[in-house]
Amino acid sequence: MNNKKEKILVVDDEKIVRESLYHWFIEEGYQVETAEDGETALRKFDKGKFDLLLVDMKMPGMSGLELLSKVKEIDKDTIVILITAFASVPTAIKALKDGAYDYVTKPVDPDELEHLVKKALEQKSLRVENEALKGSIDEIIKPDNLIGESLQMKKIYELIHTVAPTDTTVMIRGESGTGKELVAKAIHINSKRKYFPIIPVNCGALAESILESELFGHEKGAFTGAQFKRKGKFEMADGGTIFLDEIGSVTPKMQVELLRVIESKQFSRVGGNQLIKSDFRVIIATNESLEDLVKQGKFREDLYYRLNVFSIFIPPLRERAGDIPVLAFYFLNNFCTAMNKNIKNISPEAMEFLCRYDWPGNVRELENAIERAVVVGKGEMIKVDDLPFHVSSSAVANNDGDKSMTAMEKKHISRVLNENNWNISRSALELEIDRVTLYNKINKYGLRNPYK
Amino acid sequence: MVSGIHTNDRINVVPVKFSNNSFLKKIINELNRRFHSDISPLAMDLDIGETFSEERAQYFSTQIIASFSSLTSDVSGKVLLITEVDLFVPVLTFVFGEAQLNGKHSIVSVCRLHEEFYSGISDDDLLFQRTMKEVLHELGHCFGLIHCKDWDCVMHSSQGIEEVDIKGNFYCKTCARSVIGLK
Repeated sequence: MNNKKEKILVVDDEKIVRESLYHWFIEEGYQVETAEDGETALRKFDKGKFDLLLVDMKMPGMSGLELLSKVKEIDKDTIVILITAFASVPTAIKALKDGAYDYVTKPVDPDELEHLVKKALEQKSLRVENEALKGSIDEIIKPDNLIGESLQMKKIYELIHTVAPTDTTVMIRGESGTGKELVAKAIHINSKRKYFPIIPVNCGALAESILESELFGHEKGAFTGAQFKRKGKFEMADGGTIFLDEIGSVTPKMQVELLRVIESKQFSRVGGNQLIKSDFRVIIATNESLEDLVKQGKFREDLYYRLNVFSIFIPPLRERAGDIPVLAFYFLNNFCTAMNKNIKNISPEAMEFLCRYDWPGNVRELENAIERAVVVGKGEMIKVDDLPFHVSSSAVANNDGDKSMTAMEKKHISRVLNENNWNISRSALELEIDRVTLYNKINKYGLRNPYK
Repeated sequence: MVSGIHTNDRINVVPVKFSNNSFLKKIINELNRRFHSDISPLAMDLDIGETFSEERAQYFSTQIIASFSSLTSDVSGKVLLITEVDLFVPVLTFVFGEAQLNGKHSIVSVCRLHEEFYSGISDDDLLFQRTMKEVLHELGHCFGLIHCKDWDCVMHSSQGIEEVDIKGNFYCKTCARSVIGLK
């Protein structure tokens, strides 16, 4: 989907350049006009008609610099980017002094040109959009697969709603497979940074040897085989969000690097001297207790305090069993489409198994279980036998090793409470005990209402 | 010069200075997996030497497309050129590919999609993933699509290898509606 409406005027005396840029900008979704010289450009120009002009510096008749000053006299808000075949510092300084947004040399790196134009135009349009964003989000936009209508998930949506429009650093906690990346994505797409990317970095998977190059990029020729330059993760996140997953597993060296770049927002590519500035938002995720890691001396305290600003906890799937049916049907539908199968339903017995299982691997494990069931399933309904063996076996009845009556009762009460969103009257009715007894059992087992 | 049966929703895959047949077959298989359309290799013998710039040591993609356009007027469906050579258009240092918006022809170069040029480490799977993204992207332009704002959509702009890697490898729901023959 694309809804760009910005108008660009390309001014260059070379037909081939005008045509190339015309097609390039059309594919980008802009409205584009071209002019072969300054005089034609001025005839086409009018206050407010174009958002951006891309002007060749050297043209017969009126030069790019002359056109720049005339355009600025008519409309000082028009963005003008100058292009030249030869870089010259005095000319560049003059162009910027006269109000040019920037100055690029032919041939231009496509990535540089795109970023420049995008930033210039979106800074302008976002000023208006941000004002609207601050006051008017009624409902957050969710990634397709962020699913769940339990009270726990509704609370998470509220937190996303609160924090998304700000630039605050967010720490997402939760067990493996609970969907921390999806929550990070939801925060990103509901922020003013949504038109720039969210860059995930799996900190646990980064080898120290390639760390610098991965995070900060490298210049052409920085090492053997580096024939082309490459941007690092922090540079790619410029304008957008960097999502640091498994932050608890980073090495001490990386912790120092992270703290430095998060605070300064600037770095150099490997093999380069140029200081690169990047405007990124930080979202981190962890399935470990960073507080414990700090106590053990494995995680820097200063980095911890820099990152722990706004925290979102995603409960494990077993604590929001009410979401299992809707998730199961979502995955069923997706896998059936992908595998061209026609399984429409899940048998009541299979659904009961799914709802009673503990899901140590959380939503990811449920997704895998449904995928497996769709692969082996025949007919129009998933049956118990289609589920992976460890799900449909006795693991359901008791999979934590503690087979005592006390443990079973605690687990059962906890499950019923969660299924009823901690409504005490409804849970007591289902458990066939009175409310006072239920309160006593909640106290006895130290159960915690996640909604409070 | 041109052979084969021609149907309207056909995608003709034409190797141009491209010698890796098994890779070409892999692209065709993947397109077959994603499209109902007839996906066929099409051999065309055309010298693109005139489109080479000595100064830049690159081939001018717009001119390559123009050269093939004059030969493929009787070919139905889309014509997707796959090449190993490095491509450029004036003003820009390089392009991964080019397409005729809402038109018949597109070209994709795998030259700058090789991981060894960036990290020195070869990665065939990554090369294939990147190539498919660019193939689907340029075909999308031929079906009239412009760049998409959704980073998960293959029609998101990718002017650098980093963007090729982070964008998705499927069309978003909105873009998919414009792509004829998509499964």
